[in-house]
Amino acid sequence: MRFLYLIWCNLKRKKIRTTLTLLSIVVAFLLYGYLAAIQQGLDMGVSVAGADRLVVRHKVSIIQTLPESYEARMERLEGVVDATPATYFGGVYQDPINFFAQTPVKPAEYLAMYPEFVVPPDQMRAWEETRTGAVVGRTIAERFEWSVGDRVPLQATIWPRQDGGRTWEFDIVGIYDSEDPAADLTQFFFRYDYFREVLPEGARGQVGWYVVRVSDPDRAVEVSNAIDAEFANSPAETRAETELAFVQGFAKQIGNIGAIMTAVLSAVFFTILLVAGNTMGQAVRERIQEIGVLKAIGFTHVQVLGMVLGESVLLGVIGGLAGLGIAVVAISGGDPTGGVFPIFFFPVRDIVIGLFLTVLLGLVAGMLPALQALRLSAVDALRRQ
Amino acid sequence: MSESNGDGILVSVQGARREFSRGNERIRVLDGVDLEVRSGEFLSLMGPSGSGKSTLLNLIGGLDRPNSGTVEVAGDRIDKLPDRKLAGWRARHVGFVFQFYNLLPVLNAARNVELPLLLTPLSKAQRKQQVETALSIVGLTDRARHYPKTLSGGEQQRVGIARAIATDPTLLLCDEPTGDLDRKAGDEILDLLDALCRDHGKTVIMVTHDPHASERADRVLHLLDGLLATEPAA
Repeated sequence: MRFLYLIWCNLKRKKIRTTLTLLSIVVAFLLYGYLAAIQQGLDMGVSVAGADRLVVRHKVSIIQTLPESYEARMERLEGVVDATPATYFGGVYQDPINFFAQTPVKPAEYLAMYPEFVVPPDQMRAWEETRTGAVVGRTIAERFEWSVGDRVPLQATIWPRQDGGRTWEFDIVGIYDSEDPAADLTQFFFRYDYFREVLPEGARGQVGWYVVRVSDPDRAVEVSNAIDAEFANSPAETRAETELAFVQGFAKQIGNIGAIMTAVLSAVFFTILLVAGNTMGQAVRERIQEIGVLKAIGFTHVQVLGMVLGESVLLGVIGGLAGLGIAVVAISGGDPTGGVFPIFFFPVRDIVIGLFLTVLLGLVAGMLPALQALRLSAVDALRRQ
Repeated sequence: MSESNGDGILVSVQGARREFSRGNERIRVLDGVDLEVRSGEFLSLMGPSGSGKSTLLNLIGGLDRPNSGTVEVAGDRIDKLPDRKLAGWRARHVGFVFQFYNLLPVLNAARNVELPLLLTPLSKAQRKQQVETALSIVGLTDRARHYPKTLSGGEQQRVGIARAIATDPTLLLCDEPTGDLDRKAGDEILDLLDALCRDHGKTVIMVTHDPHASERADRVLHLLDGLLATEPAA
């Protein structure tokens, strides 16, 4: 700590160069923050996916439907606690750009399956009493300025009404929230019984997929196999998998997001490493004589190495903290795309990794210049007038 | 620093040889130099460029090691000390004064003087006291907050001397301390070195080209062809 003032003064020596390097580090960490948030969005809440939840869909594709009779058959299987249906509705609110997921569900069953979604008791009662009632996530309610009591029309793209109309009207009776930042608050849930009744007779009796709760998460694979076996050789064979695998499968449909993110971030940090390393290299080259003086008056090689590394780490930490700070503030403002990412936040885990990266960046960027300073003899350094 | 031996000898160099490589060529700069400096003595080393004056100073200051021979300062065989110990030894026992002052431009005068004190266990208050004392000795108390670029050459050199004496070393090694100064400023620096020697008991070894500067020393030695002599070459 005794040398901190000297390190700080050295960092301020070339203000423009230091500022530009800091700005590049700030931008790198801001980008890191956004990529981490986008990763979360693309994972669609993988981190909160229930370990005890399975998703059962048609073996061929999620587009193919399953008979609603499967619910009772699955609930009879050993290891299954409950099963509840869900279907992709695919309605349009005002404009196709206003995309959000709409799902007909059995209210009590579904919310018991997803305890992370919290609906106030009075709103829950209202939902059970209102056939056309819908419960929406806080994010989507704020986005479209909906409040309880509003009537919302959706244009059906997949499921027309039995009267041939495509306009479905719903009454907002509740707004769900969650304490978990990774919970998806952009969904629109409405009652399955209302959905079923309004559909043409021939379209009834089919659901998109089932969510199944298992009694023991450690037996999830075994139960999945039992479910698939139960419906093997039937007209609608199933594919059961953990919710985590299901969500990851969705994300992988647009490529290996993790690998893409890692590649982009690696390129960014490698570039910043060169920028910061060049700054530190120049700084040491300009100060060779001063390093000679320090060594002459008694600074050890290791102390000089420590000071150069300290300067480099300070550079990385200041830039990194500023970048991470701006990222936290900016990302807390929500999804900048206005709805592409239902979940968009900067996870604490990634912030901690970012803090670690600020130090690592400084250490790696300063290593070569620091070693150069370490190896320099006082006599050689002083000779360079 | 342990003081001089029983004979009052602080610095003893015996048979010191120092060679450097330049490509395939070996250049012998010091060829078996013997030197003894008494405690409290003001010694001037003279000689033409490349004669090895600075090399000898570096050996005495523990910045360099002889290829052969011994260098003993106040009873310590510094040619045998490992690098890390040698750095600590320099911090405690030697003050360096350079021709071009070599102050750190990002630090003000007081902070420059404080630099060697950062290597001691002194508290911040104690360091401040030491800095004030050193600056008052060189007559620059009122310039403590000034940065090097706002000081004249003579003032910068006085800050350099204050830095050299901040840890209260016995031995001051001065490499052309007046080489970058005009006569008036140079004389002031020589007065200061003289006072440090006479009034504060410092042992001063000064390398210089300037006969006027060397007149201030108790003894003048000349280096020629890697050897010391009391008289300059004819």
